[in-house]
Amino acid sequence: MVDIKRVTKRYGSKAVVSDVTVQIEKGKITSFIGPNGAGKSTLLSMISRLIIKDEGEILIEGNDIAKGKGRELAKKISILKQSNNISLRLTVRELVSFGRFPYSQGKLTKEDWKHVDEAIEYMGLEDIQHQYLDQLSGGQRQRAHIAMVIAQDTDYILLDEPLNNLDMKHSVQIMKILRRLADELGKTIIIVIHDINFASVYSDYIVALKDGRVVREGTTNEIINREVLKEIYDMDIAIQNFQNCRFCFYFH
Amino acid sequence: MNYKSKTLLLAGISVALILLFLFFDIRGNVEYILTRRSIKIAAIVLTGASIAFSTVVFQTITQNRILTPSILGLDSLYMLINTFIIFVFGSITLTTMDRNIQFIMIVGIMVLFSGVLYKILFKREDQNIYLLLLVGIVLGTFFGSFTSFMEVLIDPNEFQTVQDKMFASFNNINTDVLLLATILIILVSLYFMRFLKYLDVLALGRDNAINLGVDYDKVVKSLLVVVAILISISTALVGPITFLGLLVANLSYEFLKTYKHTYLILGAIFISIIALVGGQFIVEKVFTFSTTLSVIINFVGGLYFIYLLLKENKSW
Repeated sequence: MVDIKRVTKRYGSKAVVSDVTVQIEKGKITSFIGPNGAGKSTLLSMISRLIIKDEGEILIEGNDIAKGKGRELAKKISILKQSNNISLRLTVRELVSFGRFPYSQGKLTKEDWKHVDEAIEYMGLEDIQHQYLDQLSGGQRQRAHIAMVIAQDTDYILLDEPLNNLDMKHSVQIMKILRRLADELGKTIIIVIHDINFASVYSDYIVALKDGRVVREGTTNEIINREVLKEIYDMDIAIQNFQNCRFCFYFH
Repeated sequence: MNYKSKTLLLAGISVALILLFLFFDIRGNVEYILTRRSIKIAAIVLTGASIAFSTVVFQTITQNRILTPSILGLDSLYMLINTFIIFVFGSITLTTMDRNIQFIMIVGIMVLFSGVLYKILFKREDQNIYLLLLVGIVLGTFFGSFTSFMEVLIDPNEFQTVQDKMFASFNNINTDVLLLATILIILVSLYFMRFLKYLDVLALGRDNAINLGVDYDKVVKSLLVVVAILISISTALVGPITFLGLLVANLSYEFLKTYKHTYLILGAIFISIIALVGGQFIVEKVFTFSTTLSVIINFVGGLYFIYLLLKENKSW
């Protein structure tokens, strides 16, 4: 469980995230939604210690992340940011093998390579595992990065807009994989996501942020309804049920 | 050919060139000539290795292939110190001063300067490294202008001594200083060894490095200290020569085509030994000391950079 207690982050005098308290359940997919500038990515970065928080506490299974050792934390929690401009000339397999760094410190054992192979297979990258990252399409590269996170084998996986720049097919593919990671391997997944329909169809729990504060949180069914969405987005959004899923129509 | 055998090849060429330099046209008092040449070779290997090594590390930290540690302003500071001594005390003081003391003083001031700079800039925990570079450029320019100011005022004869210091030279290396520098560099390298494994991960960028459990701020700070010490030592030993680092680091990336820093660093070190020993050989035997090594290195390096730009190679 991730326990976020009264966390605040300020840039200058402007609070980007203010006094946020949320609990994130284990083994579920939790989505952070909200308008631009709501503080979703900042909150995600603070959970993964990429950004240092100004106030408050973040506990992962009872342990304060500010006090934990970097290497041990890297075996518990992993993050994938939205922009991954790697200037190195790496093959997919080499990138994925970096996921084992917290365990092997660069000297990979047989056990580590087994994890690398499994991660590559899980993401269906066997055919392109020896290609260089700069030769791949955006979707393939995103999958390679997710494979690295899978090889890292952490209980908690944080993804910042994993569907950014992906077409429909690849978006669905990635969300299905995240669902499998949660259902089959019991991973706890936290994503920042803009497409509200993907959030509705694939997540268990939704946290809605606005102006740095949590405005609503609850199960998907509690959040995806007309009144709540109006409060979050200031838009009147019609909701339709289709094949047991709720869809939002916000196009006009 | 893979990167391992390429590294071996570079090592082979380095050794061959060193042997050529040592034993070429050896006549007369063999013992005397060999001692003279060995000192030169030792100085070349030492500075070449420090420059190559610190440039690769610096470029990995900054994730930028066209930066060199000279951006931290250390070269300009070196010139400022020397010019200042000449300006205030006259060139006699500089040339008659005990070499050891002079070396320790210059290294001391440069390391102290970096220390103060880092201390101020890294006070806040999540500080951006680009701020450090910016301050480095500004201070470097300031030192440079101040140096020119003093140069304009001093006696033209004194200026000759200043000009001497502007170009790296391996011709007047003092043995005591060399020994001192060797010990210092070995100590720093031993300290660095524990950070070697982090370099590959640091090259993935800050976010990825932290995600993979690297204590980013601490590691980067320690590495920057290592870079500053190495640059200070090698500059105080032979003079400003950081452009060489830019050249050999990039040649190493181009030639080895790997991401593994153990090999990239070794490759850069060997290439820099090849360039320096080869260059020094040409200076001595072809130009018979009518030019300096820096001039040749800068000329060849400049040409190579123009080539890199024209090639429009996007795969770096």
